[in-house]
Amino acid sequence: MSILIGQETRLMIQGSTGREATFHAQKMIEYGTKIVCGVTPGKGGQIHMGIPVFDTAERAVRETGANASIIFVPRQHGADAIMEAADSGVNLVVCITEGIPTLDMMKLRPVLKEKSCRLIGPNCPGLISPGKCKIGIMPGSIHRPGTIGVISRSGTLTYEVVAQLSAIGLGQSTGIGIGGDPIPGTTFVDCLDLFQKDPETQAIVMIGEIGGQAEEKAAEFIAGHITKPVVSFIAGQTAPPGRRMGHAGAIISGGSGSATDKIAKLRGSGITVVENPAQIGSTLASLLT
Amino acid sequence: MKIHEYQAKQLLNRYGIPNPAGEIADSHRNAVQIAENLLSAYGKVLLKAQVHAGGRGKAGGIIFATTMDEAERGISRLLGKRLVNNQTGPEGKPINRILIVDGSGDYIQEIYLGILIDRQMECPVIMASAEGGMEIEHVAAVHPELIVREYIHPVAGLYPFQARRIASHLNLKGLQFQEMTEIVTGLYRLFMELDATQVEINPLALSSRGRLEALDAKINLDDWALYRHPDLAGMRDITQESPLEVQASKFGLNYIKLDGQIGCMVNGAGLAMATMDIIKLFGGAPANFLDVGGGASEENIAEAFKILLADADVKAVLVNIFGGIVRCDRVARGILGALQTVVLDRPLVVRLAGTNAAEGIQLLETSGMRLLTAQDMEDAARKVIGGLKGEQS
Repeated sequence: MSILIGQETRLMIQGSTGREATFHAQKMIEYGTKIVCGVTPGKGGQIHMGIPVFDTAERAVRETGANASIIFVPRQHGADAIMEAADSGVNLVVCITEGIPTLDMMKLRPVLKEKSCRLIGPNCPGLISPGKCKIGIMPGSIHRPGTIGVISRSGTLTYEVVAQLSAIGLGQSTGIGIGGDPIPGTTFVDCLDLFQKDPETQAIVMIGEIGGQAEEKAAEFIAGHITKPVVSFIAGQTAPPGRRMGHAGAIISGGSGSATDKIAKLRGSGITVVENPAQIGSTLASLLT
Repeated sequence: MKIHEYQAKQLLNRYGIPNPAGEIADSHRNAVQIAENLLSAYGKVLLKAQVHAGGRGKAGGIIFATTMDEAERGISRLLGKRLVNNQTGPEGKPINRILIVDGSGDYIQEIYLGILIDRQMECPVIMASAEGGMEIEHVAAVHPELIVREYIHPVAGLYPFQARRIASHLNLKGLQFQEMTEIVTGLYRLFMELDATQVEINPLALSSRGRLEALDAKINLDDWALYRHPDLAGMRDITQESPLEVQASKFGLNYIKLDGQIGCMVNGAGLAMATMDIIKLFGGAPANFLDVGGGASEENIAEAFKILLADADVKAVLVNIFGGIVRCDRVARGILGALQTVVLDRPLVVRLAGTNAAEGIQLLETSGMRLLTAQDMEDAARKVIGGLKGEQS
């Protein structure tokens, strides 16, 4: 088993005819993901890469039975695409698009909750259940099927960690990049809860970074609800306060959100925090033996 | 994006938030003229350096004048100079403009009023405190009970009773109670309509004449929403940013100058931070944060590499790339391309992993350039710090 996605996933691509979407659709198909339709307003009726394109998500879902969506639209249309996906009835939406205004994200969160639609991202690499399904832009080749759940606010740092895990024979049940935005659709706590309930997942790696309070909330949740081993790394110990470190959400502001505070809180909750990012995989391995 | 106080003042005016009369000057002549007018009208003026940094008062960036003589001396001391404090770095920020305002106000109370997004609650929060004039972080740490917070529903928006509740918490009465609710409402509208990430009026002062006035204002805007606010996008002042950061932003590179000696170039923000962290862990200090992004082209890699070497503080360079979408052979070509035009006079360590890593390493190792390749992040960090020490000894 894996969380959120699997062999039953039928994927819709929003913004499907764009260059980036086309490139990644090819990679997802090669990985074995079942892509059933695309949406590009104005291009309904066309066939792109052998996949039917629709003008609206509603019609695409009705005609193809898609149950998940991945979004590659330009950022001006990001919030609209997320709302359209949620309205179409799919229960999982993965938004790759970076640069959606924070207030747009804030306004659509209550609607997503009302519709019980899970959003991953925006500004994220997506998620993968190795050997089964990939909805995202991560390199499939570095992943191995297994029992480690990986959650991260980062993209390439997650690849780094996954490669470390795979190299020492620790495959992954599911890897989720929740994205680097201030208001993500899915949080660490949401993912931790899912991994705890997933019988296949035996241990969890959580990659956090500076900014916000998501790691602190995760620490409290782990202390109260998670019985599986958790190893964490927090990026940005050398980041200066007040500067946005690439990700919109990666900023220490008003004296809150520093790596030091997060590490202290995690350790205080009994979680193993690794200081050397090159030793995340080996630290987890030592916990499991 | 940060904007200047004088620009924030224009936006406050647009939303009907009262603030002292004043004008902006960008030349000595212009400044003298404005000072003369305001002095004859009010008898006292404040000269305020316009720089993207807080703590201006203590750094000598705000000067009080009651005569033209004082005003002219103040103008000369500010305009065209640089303001230096712990927020600006040692090189300081250029003072290209000064805001000159009515300085005659006599104030009996200072209030703090600010709005930002509470990331955990996923909604705007309005914060107010009767202890204005000092940093809200300080008040929050020492007297958290003095801060009133009003959380605003992200879709329903601010209701008038919430503005009244803030005024009531501040113990304002009568006319001031009414004025405060209007200011809160105006500031909330400004925050939402302009896609701000943070607005702060500190202090919002109560004058002896019984009026509330915004004596200073800070407004930060959401970079990602600027596409729908072209007028606000035009408020960017690149003279307040580091030249290398401006150069990097032209190529879509995320670059932040730091004070260490090891320059690093990485793809992805998280991996870039982790690379800085491992440099520190092994006894070095990063000279910068540089994220070349997920889909960097050969040209962008070359440009990023040139920016790194253009920084004289950089004594050694570490490249750490985990190829996903980015192909490592392209990264290698980008580096070698940059080295056709700039001289590599410092130790360089390159770690490539992921897509086409072997081809990339092969390209670098057979190029004849004096560089080291590394197996993994730890190996890379050790080698670059070793290279730096070798250079210094």
